[in-house]
Amino acid sequence: MALSPFGQSDMSIGQRLWQINWSFVLLISVTASVGFGMLYSAANGNLDPWASRQMIRFGAGVGLMLVVAVIDIHVWLRYAYAIYALSLALLVVVEFSGSIGMGAQRWIDLGVFTIQPSEIMKVSIILLLARYFYASRMEDVGRISHILMPLILMAVPAILVMRQPDLGTTILMVATGIAMLFLVGVRIWVFVAGALATIAAVIPLWQFVLLDYQKKRLLTFIDPEKDPLGAGYHILQSKIALGSGGLFGKGFLEGSQSHLSFLPEKQTDFIFTMLAEEFGLVGGLVLIGLYMLLLIYAFAISLRCRSQFGRLMGMGVSTSFFLNIFVNIAMVMGVVPVVGMPLPLISYGGTAMLTLMFSFGLLLNVYVHRDVQIGPGAADGN
Amino acid sequence: MHRDGDRYRTFSRRSIVLFGGKVVLLSGLVGRMYYLQVIEAEKYKTLADENRISLKLLAPKRGRILDRFGRPMAVNQQNYRVLLIPENTKDIAHTLAQLGKVIPVDDHDLVRVKREIKRRRRFLPIILRENMKWNDVARIEVNTAEIPGIVIDVGETRFYPDGDHAASVLGYVSGVSEKDLTGDPLLELPGFRIGKAGMEKVHDLALRGKSGTSQVEVNAFGRQIRELERREGLPGAETWLTIDMELQKFVATRLGNEAASAVVMDVHTGEVLSLVSTPSFDPNIFNRGLSRSEWKELASNPRTPLNNKAIAGQYAPGSTFKMVVALAALEKGIVTPKTRHFCSGEIELGDSTFHCWKKRGHGSMDLVSAITQSCDVYFYEIAKRTGIDRISAMARRLGLGQILDIELSGERKGLMPTRAWKKKVKRVSWQQGETLLAGIGQGFILTTPLQLAVMTSRLVNGGKAVKPHLTRHVVPFDAVEPPLPVYPEFASIGIHPPHLDLVKKAMAAVPNSPYGTAYRSRIKEAGFKFGGKTGTVQVRRISKAEREVGVKKNKDLEWRERDHALFVGYAPVQAPRYAVSVVVEHGGGGSSTAAPIAKDILLEVQRRDPSRGQSAGRSQDQAKKPSSKSAKKG
Repeated sequence: MALSPFGQSDMSIGQRLWQINWSFVLLISVTASVGFGMLYSAANGNLDPWASRQMIRFGAGVGLMLVVAVIDIHVWLRYAYAIYALSLALLVVVEFSGSIGMGAQRWIDLGVFTIQPSEIMKVSIILLLARYFYASRMEDVGRISHILMPLILMAVPAILVMRQPDLGTTILMVATGIAMLFLVGVRIWVFVAGALATIAAVIPLWQFVLLDYQKKRLLTFIDPEKDPLGAGYHILQSKIALGSGGLFGKGFLEGSQSHLSFLPEKQTDFIFTMLAEEFGLVGGLVLIGLYMLLLIYAFAISLRCRSQFGRLMGMGVSTSFFLNIFVNIAMVMGVVPVVGMPLPLISYGGTAMLTLMFSFGLLLNVYVHRDVQIGPGAADGN
Repeated sequence: MHRDGDRYRTFSRRSIVLFGGKVVLLSGLVGRMYYLQVIEAEKYKTLADENRISLKLLAPKRGRILDRFGRPMAVNQQNYRVLLIPENTKDIAHTLAQLGKVIPVDDHDLVRVKREIKRRRRFLPIILRENMKWNDVARIEVNTAEIPGIVIDVGETRFYPDGDHAASVLGYVSGVSEKDLTGDPLLELPGFRIGKAGMEKVHDLALRGKSGTSQVEVNAFGRQIRELERREGLPGAETWLTIDMELQKFVATRLGNEAASAVVMDVHTGEVLSLVSTPSFDPNIFNRGLSRSEWKELASNPRTPLNNKAIAGQYAPGSTFKMVVALAALEKGIVTPKTRHFCSGEIELGDSTFHCWKKRGHGSMDLVSAITQSCDVYFYEIAKRTGIDRISAMARRLGLGQILDIELSGERKGLMPTRAWKKKVKRVSWQQGETLLAGIGQGFILTTPLQLAVMTSRLVNGGKAVKPHLTRHVVPFDAVEPPLPVYPEFASIGIHPPHLDLVKKAMAAVPNSPYGTAYRSRIKEAGFKFGGKTGTVQVRRISKAEREVGVKKNKDLEWRERDHALFVGYAPVQAPRYAVSVVVEHGGGGSSTAAPIAKDILLEVQRRDPSRGQSAGRSQDQAKKPSSKSAKKG
């Protein structure tokens, strides 16, 4: 058997395809179809311009997912750092030469399509941390020196993404990373100390560095309803749309708030609002239920996996997925500030869809290779 | 395995905690959803409807005003307007500047718009321009993208097809001013017009109708997506007047540019067929809005176009008053039809001399010939004996010196002096010389042309206290057929009929006897003959010196100093149906200026009588009926 941690699985491509969790794929497709329906509605009952393109992207995404799923898990382990380095390089490129889109530097125009390095970085961080900790023992993670390196490797892209500025992705990346540190067994007191240190850093910043108008902007950001005609307008309209949907909604294509343009960005960030306006609480619960099922699958896949690398990757992907859902829905309900984050599988957007399907590919990969043992554990197994 | 087991246990434990956390957070979102969509749903549904539904008032169509034959006197016309909706533009000055590139806009507009914004709600449009030409409208339409807040709309505006001919009756509509606001939101609609004068004002509420509402779905940018519900208002009632518009036009044209007025009425029913005051004004310009210079011109015109002379002009009646004096004297028994007085051309009273208009004198006069030839001395004589209080009382019975309640506002009372009145107001005793002057309708006495027409009517209708009116009927828009007009029975004014016949006989002779003062104006066609009385009112004092060298002829005087010319008449002489009064300010003589006008009017009104050509020998009852038939015709 393979002695190297970067060994090979002994399954053939066909066996791996057979091993894929097809019910999970079906679940993803059902959820994405809800999105197609909403994009159809967002265009006032037209496939153009959003629904049709989204279907094509989803089709491409499924292909990408299957490819990612059947690639030998050792390959992902081997190239994890390289993928991270490449993503970081792309971020730097965006930082210095990215074209301006949506008021923020987020895109690289490759002519045929544009890529969003921050989205790619979301997955790369998961790979990076899974790779870094796949062989760590409990004693290792107990040492601060052992977790210093991954913290730095997380902080660098986080700062770059924040500068774009893309607060949503930054928070998502950092939170996913922290969750993975938690999973590998970093001591609780480290998290507590980190939280305290953050507060200790924020207070003097607030007191002495920030100017009044900046504070005001921050406060409005945190509580937009203080400014109902400006920043709070969208959130207020979103809440009106949600609330007026009631229990069963106004009916497909009948959302007055969405269709009369009171709702901003209805095809991207505020698509959940449109769903809840047209299908009411029941419709919203169905979608959250689908998400819940996907999260349960991801959780089960991770727990079932016999390699730490796979487990970390699975939980990383599912946590990132969860954070995406949570921040978006909480945002449109006015629970958290508007940070600009699409709803996974539903919102219109190319890079987000492809990176999400890539990460689902990694999750399926973990499932396919659930019995493959990697690294020190694998040696133990023998 | 042991080491992996260790970290697997940590991983499992912590991932269960993590998963649990996710479940808790998602449940929190579900709870929030439940709160928004179930508990607070009603509130947000209301807010969503407030967002999307905007309620608009629909201005009702203003009722038309028609003449007695149904000929339109005031109608509604299409009107292209440029509106500014203040809340749709951030910078009003910018919008106006952009608009200024297409149509002329000046600083006054900006000032006016800013003022209007203050008193109206910001979502209510403000009118920038009305009655736009089509090519200007098209140019604005093309550029609407660059002119935020500008909307073009087609409304309706009042239009008076006959311009200034009927302004004295119709009045006009114009914009709602601040003091007109009653809280009725209809009045706050841009461009809403209310009646400000004349019949437009009298029947304003009925003409206005009831406003409708339109629920419009609007999007976040205020653009209307569709109409959800429309409740049409009720158009205003159609108002039929007693005026005969063709006659009105005829009279107005006949009076021309003189400062004059004329009233034509039915002596039995009191229906006013024509009420003209010239020069007049075009009510359409009040609707459009007058410029400062237009207003100045109207207000400073010495012939007072804004004054409705027919009801508000107060004139000494002059010789047209002689019938009143005659009746008062007859009633008192001071004169009989046979009583004669000699006119030498003047009469002495104390140390004053009172002159007859005929310097050489009329010779021996009886009552009828004194009226026919308008002998002043005869009336000085009988007035002196009758006394001012009796003369005034008779005048009042005939409708003079009082408000007659013709619906129009601005009606004046005139003046019928009495001894008590002079004592009270002038604080001096009545002088007998003043009674003499009153005998020829001069001095303190003041009457309006309307009163003179009513007086004439009462003289010839058998002594009935007829009152004038202008409204035939107000017909709700959904009425099938206008109701027939109902005429009140007028009470008798209690004058002995033979006295009235005597006066009528004298009046008939005025244009028909070769000695009559209006003989030159007689109507020769059989059956159309009229009767009447001339009046010439001196507006200046003629000094003794002037009298010695010869009284100046009117044509040698300044316009302001010339005599007023009056005529009161009726026709046809056999069975009087129409009465007319004509007053031409500074027009010269009653017989030379007013009588020909009255003759033309009386001829025209008789020719236009729809009952003409029907069976001859009409009774009074028959004379009434055709007018109601004619209403159906229109």
